Amino acid sequence: MTEPTSKASEPAIPAPPQVTAPPQQAKVPSNQSSAAAPAAPNPDLDRAKDIADRITSKYPGSKLEWVKPRRLKVSVPSGMIKDVALFARDSLGFDHISTVSGVDWIAKSALEVVYFVGSTAPGQEGFVLALSERVPRDNPVVPTLIEVWMGAEYHERETHEMFGLNFQGHPDQSHLFLPEDWNDLPPLRKDYVSPGR
Amino acid sequence: MKMALETEYSPDADRIMAVSLGPQHPGAGHFRIRLWLDGDYVVKALPDAGYVHRGEEKMGEYRNYIQNVPHLERPVILDSSNILFAYSLGVDELMNSKIPSRGQYLRVIMSEINRIISHMYFIAIQGLFLGHTTMITWCMGDRDFWIDLGERIAGARVTFAYIIPGGVRNDIPEFAIEKGLRTCDWFEKRMDEYEKIFYDNPMVHQRSDGVGVLSREEAVAFGATGTVARASGLALDVRKDEPYSSYQDFEFKTPVLTQGDSWARAYVALLDMRESVKIIRQALKRLPQGPVRLKLGPQPRVPAGEAYSRTEAARGEMSYYIVSDGSPRPYRLKIGVPSAKNLRALPHLLRNVHVADIPVIYWSLNYWPVEADR
Amino acid sequence: MVVAERQKAGTFQVLVGKIDEVLQYAIGDPLRYLANWGRLYSLWPVHLETACCSVEVGAAAGSRFDIERFGTLEAFGSLRACDLIIVMGTVTRKLAPRLKLIYDQMAEPKWVIAMGACSITGGLYFDSYNVLRGIDDIIPVDVYVPGCPPRAEALIQGIVLLQEKIRRMPTLSGR
Ligand code: SF4
Repeated sequence: MTEPTSKASEPAIPAPPQVTAPPQQAKVPSNQSSAAAPAAPNPDLDRAKDIADRITSKYPGSKLEWVKPRRLKVSVPSGMIKDVALFARDSLGFDHISTVSGVDWIAKSALEVVYFVGSTAPGQEGFVLALSERVPRDNPVVPTLIEVWMGAEYHERETHEMFGLNFQGHPDQSHLFLPEDWNDLPPLRKDYVSPGR
Repeated sequence: MKMALETEYSPDADRIMAVSLGPQHPGAGHFRIRLWLDGDYVVKALPDAGYVHRGEEKMGEYRNYIQNVPHLERPVILDSSNILFAYSLGVDELMNSKIPSRGQYLRVIMSEINRIISHMYFIAIQGLFLGHTTMITWCMGDRDFWIDLGERIAGARVTFAYIIPGGVRNDIPEFAIEKGLRTCDWFEKRMDEYEKIFYDNPMVHQRSDGVGVLSREEAVAFGATGTVARASGLALDVRKDEPYSSYQDFEFKTPVLTQGDSWARAYVALLDMRESVKIIRQALKRLPQGPVRLKLGPQPRVPAGEAYSRTEAARGEMSYYIVSDGSPRPYRLKIGVPSAKNLRALPHLLRNVHVADIPVIYWSLNYWPVEADR
Repeated sequence: MVVAERQKAGTFQVLVGKIDEVLQYAIGDPLRYLANWGRLYSLWPVHLETACCSVEVGAAAGSRFDIERFGTLEAFGSLRACDLIIVMGTVTRKLAPRLKLIYDQMAEPKWVIAMGACSITGGLYFDSYNVLRGIDDIIPVDVYVPGCPPRAEALIQGIVLLQEKIRRMPTLSGR
């Protein structure tokens, strides 16, 4: 029953001219339109927007990438992810780490790290906040967020070996899933080609 | 909460012995735990995963959205519908497809059948590790009735590949509805017997009460999900928190226990199965008429965008992060599996315990290495 | 060759050689048959789960299929006492050296069942960066059980085929 606006805007993305362009560019205008158009009342969407507002107003550099019912993704400028994470945990109730992922934007020469955080606060369990930060591909260093969400430890270890992202301050970045003698590019980078292909 | 540190002991002290448990070990199976022992006590334990790491996420980038279906269910072959459920929800969200209600109900039915199949395996092996041979014999046998039901509906034995983007693969045959209802009735009586012979067994209580206690705060800090979280008093259930598919139509509870020990983690599974049976019965009785899936074609084009979808799988929150760039293949496919989310609790629980308690604690986390490694 | 040398050494040795041959047929053959028959119904598999096919082994060991009927125990013995290794699916690059190590530790005679498409050819994971395309490169395989996963019945059939092979094993020492 939700988001008639985004539904209307999705076909309006006429086959993006550059295929390699990340979806963000296409997505941002659709968010603005959905914010402007009077949508059908959807408390989950409103609440997610509210959370997004609180983060973006507190940290003006951060940008709302997309918002959906119960989901929002906020990208923060480099070096600020820990502050935002602490704010999200202590003031917004996002205390339950769900998973950590990376994305390799090879066309933009950037690596992105995304933290997906859920909440255990009553009434807010269904919400997932995605916090992301982009770092240059040749020097991918981000601070570790173990002190914020302890459960992030193994997820960060996995992201390190899969994307070559360096988590500064991480106690142990040895291989978790890859063989001990892995001697190649991190496999989930886009320029790594699987041997069978 | 502060970080747990191992500084109380020095793992290099002379009396400390380093042992590795697995990967060839009856209790470990495709998994290794590196242990540092002081006599009979575990000083420190580190999990060593990755023996089944098959690179599903990279493979997902080489295949289109439909081709991804079969290999994505392999990591959780015990729970194959639920891992596809989250994937299908993500793709549906990106494609903005509205699944017909019969398809929604069938998705729920299959995912609950799979939850039972997975929990039965879990309890069976927990019985084995506790030296309770009756439980493994019973559960492995009874589990096959549910697999049979799934086979009647989906056509394959354990790899159902039933829930696909756009709905479910085929309709349920008429006789399977009746068979399903009969199986539900029979299984409810059977679960009372499990309770009597296993959960109320003094031997089981002795061996698992108070063993490997995970407090609520720790469960939150480690990001535990599913049975592990619910046994520690953390009422997390994606089915309730964000009723996906048609879960808002059914009446069920989220069982929560507060002890947080191995017994509670095993008992939550039984309570979960009771709720699953209720859901299956309601869904089978109220199955709406109509088509079961949308026509997507062999190579659906998914509009550019990102989706984070999640479901409550047997082991906990199964989540997908799908990034699409408008091409037929996903740009990035992240599978957030519950076993990997619960893994952080393992080194914490395996401290200051007897060696004999390791299997019980390890398996009570419902950790399935194939799933965690992907 | 041994017999030929003895024939050169004289008629006595020829006689001994004949007795040797006679013994081979008269006692050795029944003995071999007896030994193989003994091996046949007491296969002890190593408990090495390698991937998802292991749930079907679990099901086969369960009360419905009951693999013990065919003389294969659901083994929990030591590696040294085992004579069968069922490779239950995918062997990854990390597991491969361990698999070889385990195989080398087992006492002769020993057999290998490759279960599932993954352990035969790599199966679904033909383009994965971390999966071996079949285990034949590391250890010799006696019986292939295709399927993904093979049904429990298929595994039982694989075991019966292996027993057929053991029954016809030519030498006492195994290989
Ligand atoms: S053959 Fe299929 S079921 Fe067996 S290990 Fe490989 S993917 Fe899993």
